[in-house]
Amino acid sequence: MKLRRLAVLSAAFATLAATTVAASAITVGFSQIGSESGWRAAETTVTRQEAEKRGIDLKFADAQQKQENQIKAIRSFIAQGVDAILVAPVVATGWDAVLEEAKDADIPVVLLDRTVDSDKSLYLTAVTSDLVHEGKVAGEWLAKDVGDKPCNVVELQGTTGSSPAIDRKKGFEEGIAGHDNIKITRSQTGDFTRTKGKEVMESFLRAEDGGKNICAVYAHNDDMAVGAIQAIKEAGLKPGTDIKVVSIDAVPDIFLAMEAGEANATVELTPNMAGPAFDALKAYMDNGTEPPKWIQTESKLYTQSDDPKAVYEAKKDLGY
Amino acid sequence: MPDMILARLKRLAPQLIALALVLAANGLVSPNFFDLTWANGRLYGSLIDVLNRGAPVALLAIGMTLVIATKGIDLSVGATMAICGAVAASLVAEGQPLAVALVAALGVGLLCGLWNGFLVAILQLQPIVATLILMVAGRGIAQLVTEGVILTFNDPGFAFLGSGNLLGLPTPVILWLAVALIVGVIVRRSALGLLVEAIGVNRRASALAGVKTRFLVISVYLVSGLCAAVAGLIVTADIRGADANNAGLWLELDAILAVVVGGTSLLGGRFSILASLIGAMIIQSINTGILLAGFPPEFNLIIKAGIIVAILALQSPALGSLWAFLRPAPRSPTPAAPDKKELVAR
Repeated sequence: MKLRRLAVLSAAFATLAATTVAASAITVGFSQIGSESGWRAAETTVTRQEAEKRGIDLKFADAQQKQENQIKAIRSFIAQGVDAILVAPVVATGWDAVLEEAKDADIPVVLLDRTVDSDKSLYLTAVTSDLVHEGKVAGEWLAKDVGDKPCNVVELQGTTGSSPAIDRKKGFEEGIAGHDNIKITRSQTGDFTRTKGKEVMESFLRAEDGGKNICAVYAHNDDMAVGAIQAIKEAGLKPGTDIKVVSIDAVPDIFLAMEAGEANATVELTPNMAGPAFDALKAYMDNGTEPPKWIQTESKLYTQSDDPKAVYEAKKDLGY
Repeated sequence: MPDMILARLKRLAPQLIALALVLAANGLVSPNFFDLTWANGRLYGSLIDVLNRGAPVALLAIGMTLVIATKGIDLSVGATMAICGAVAASLVAEGQPLAVALVAALGVGLLCGLWNGFLVAILQLQPIVATLILMVAGRGIAQLVTEGVILTFNDPGFAFLGSGNLLGLPTPVILWLAVALIVGVIVRRSALGLLVEAIGVNRRASALAGVKTRFLVISVYLVSGLCAAVAGLIVTADIRGADANNAGLWLELDAILAVVVGGTSLLGGRFSILASLIGAMIIQSINTGILLAGFPPEFNLIIKAGIIVAILALQSPALGSLWAFLRPAPRSPTPAAPDKKELVAR
């Protein structure tokens, strides 16, 4: 009898302890790839902000572009007994073993920004953007903007063979499909950099009669668009009016160009992957709701009418 | 004097022929390649683009030629470009006067060269290893300077270095021509060029003969660092921002290629800055031609590699002797040979 009362009491205490822990502080481990780009730095900043907003205790590990560091970090998160793990995987392969370990420890894993080729049962969900969709949003904007007028588009591709370059090209072509007045006349890689974007745009302008045959430039990222804008200006044309500029990523600098009327539209690759991830985790922990295996982030379109100055101010301190 | 020019031309013949062929090919794929127009106080045209876009590699090739002549190599020039560009951009963005930023950037370039020279000449490390250190670490240093972002600035004076005009040409063209002229005059109007060649042929022998090898080896790395600094300033000024990740990325390889296409041996010894510059222009002509041609980008590197292989094969000694072997024998036994001797004797 006494023994039973003790058991009930301890069970009650255990429940109490468990609920207080869950209510006060969820601990989440975040294994970030590194800081190879401004966008990545912004993703880290936003993840910290989102965690703080929700009162989540975030343990951050920078893998410096190495998978072994990420695996080490995940193992140490498991050893520390965190409540959940976020991973931005640096490569797609080789995650089975460590994800298995997390699953055995009953720790849900959410993939951010990129996916892995492991079995879907090994992670809770993946939060990523849809690269094809981004290109499509850009293409649809251009189709709507030019209407029925004929429009020759030149394209600045990303690094040849990279998945953003392939998918953003494909998406844009889908976006302008059915509009026979819009044609991609030239397409060349600008390696995602400003310098190459400028150089390639110069050659496009040269090859297309000083730019008279170009109605718009579509760049796979904003940096190349910024380079292209300079090339257009130096050729004596007005970017944004003589040649429309549409690009993807929504980094702060493109909003300055938009404010100056030199860029027309950009599609956001949001650095806020953690927000939806935390929401999915909360629902899963509170009442066991299984999120879908893929949560697509919003690919928001920004144009000159979206108060670019304000967006720039909001974004400039995120570490881009 | 005419003989000297003739000998010069003979030395440069393979490079000039290659350049002419590449330019002719460009004319075929892009009919208005040779058009030049005058607008806004400068010349415009694809040929000017080649001179302008080729500026960074041309500048790097000047320093690289001297380094390679001493049997060295400088892999760090691309990273040095990134550091110097970052330093200049951060100072200008902070509101420092342009002169301060430029002097600081050139100073940092010299410092990078001094580091390499110290490792090679004093610690006697192999040049490829010694300069690899800065090649790898340099980008990290540049990242620290820019704090990981593309550091933009709005200084018209600095931007002028990258996209302004001087004497009817883009400023970068004037800059690399000026640096080439200065370095060329210094090494060829004095004994310095000869001494550099001597070090490349046999460093110990030249040291024993009284050549200050340490000082000269450090000096060539200093020149290389300085050239890289100017190149870094140009690419930074061009996009009005310092991109630590991408400024000068892989350009050290293009610079080495320019020197090799220019016919200077990686084993050191005789060198020609002019030939390296023609090599740099050959490489840029190929790049520009590919961009103008409108091929799918997947072919860019294949086309470039194919042309480079062809140019190098034309210069290869093995192919030369094969040609001599296959050439139909002259009808009369030796009419050509005495002529040649006569020419040399004259």
